[in-house]
Amino acid sequence: MYDLIIIGAGPAGLGASIYASRYKLNHVVIGGEIGGQVVEAWEIENYAGIESISGKDLMEKFVKQTKDLGGNIIVGNVNKILKEGEFFSIATEDGKKYEARAVLLALGMKARKMNIPGEDKFLGKGISYCATCDAMFFRGKDVAVIGGGDAAATAAIHLAEFANSVQLLYKDGTKTFEPAWDEQMAKMGKIASSTFTNISGIEGDEKVEGLEYELDGKKKELSVQGVFIEIGSTPGVVIAKELGVSTDEQGYIAVDQTQATNVDNVYAAGDATTGSNKFRQIITAVAEGAVAAGSVYKKIKLNTNKK
Amino acid sequence: MEMEFTDQNFEQEVLRSDVPVLVDFWAPWCGPCQMMGPIVEELAREMGDKAKVGKLNVDENGEISSKFGIMSIPAIKIFKDGEVVKEFVGVQSKENLKKELEALA
Repeated sequence: MYDLIIIGAGPAGLGASIYASRYKLNHVVIGGEIGGQVVEAWEIENYAGIESISGKDLMEKFVKQTKDLGGNIIVGNVNKILKEGEFFSIATEDGKKYEARAVLLALGMKARKMNIPGEDKFLGKGISYCATCDAMFFRGKDVAVIGGGDAAATAAIHLAEFANSVQLLYKDGTKTFEPAWDEQMAKMGKIASSTFTNISGIEGDEKVEGLEYELDGKKKELSVQGVFIEIGSTPGVVIAKELGVSTDEQGYIAVDQTQATNVDNVYAAGDATTGSNKFRQIITAVAEGAVAAGSVYKKIKLNTNKK
Repeated sequence: MEMEFTDQNFEQEVLRSDVPVLVDFWAPWCGPCQMMGPIVEELAREMGDKAKVGKLNVDENGEISSKFGIMSIPAIKIFKDGEVVKEFVGVQSKENLKKELEALA
């Protein structure tokens, strides 16, 4: 029986484990995707104390620190959490079972799809959700990036190092990326940007050959061989809902200032929660994980912090 | 044990294999590919002799990667009798891949 099982191995889950180890909580981290969404980030320049690093390298540091402090990470997908009297029973897809007195949901986000014609058909044939993974395959080609957030801006910048041209497309009013990226894009030269009102579809035979979109009632066509979709993500909270955990109307897990959910001894941290003003940054995910571990310690070990 | 496929051994080890072969196309710069690493290792161990399971580094093996039109990684392809019978893009769970391989073995 563990004191705490942390579900999810991104910044929130690993951040929580680091604190749980130092609080001597007997715990384990279970995650299907070690490092979480961050591993796709090409360049991170806003994590305090580290001037510039790739997401993959940053998460390798998180994993090393977690393990060095005694945290155990199990690779697996949790598909069921059951409350059984005073404890929780957690089952993974490969049929293994774990028990704990408290659960921390650090479930993170799933990449959002456009749901436009051609998107599924051309997955892996010109459609990509990971610029750092696939930029290299588009050397000398023309590509489009769809999205107005930081992920879209960094994807465009990374792609410009390989591609012949990059067209950044975002829906009017959805440009939220840090202005620092604008400067960097201007410096690279190859990146053009435009708003759109609607993406009509992705064209091609075997592979992507073009993209059709509408702007102010006019149809436009881009000849591109790659389309990178970076329109953000939605919280991955199915197992939480089955446990009776409340979410807000957009599906984010509702937490209080101790990162507790409405279910006793179930905590949540990171991008999938309503915490930190939904800022959804690495630094806020880590902070929420730390707060949650501290709250579990107080509740389980010190028996204070009762709701 | 997990195998290492290359431009050189692909014909022999994959296309002419008597058992189904799962190939994980990956590259060192790809974060999600690192997530597949431990999954593929465990899958190789669990499948034993029933199937071959291994990785192919697209950065070092351009010939095979372009032959199979790899444009997005991690890409997983399952081969049987020299043909691609199943393909996936993005991180996959071990259970899902195991189910697919066992259905073919």
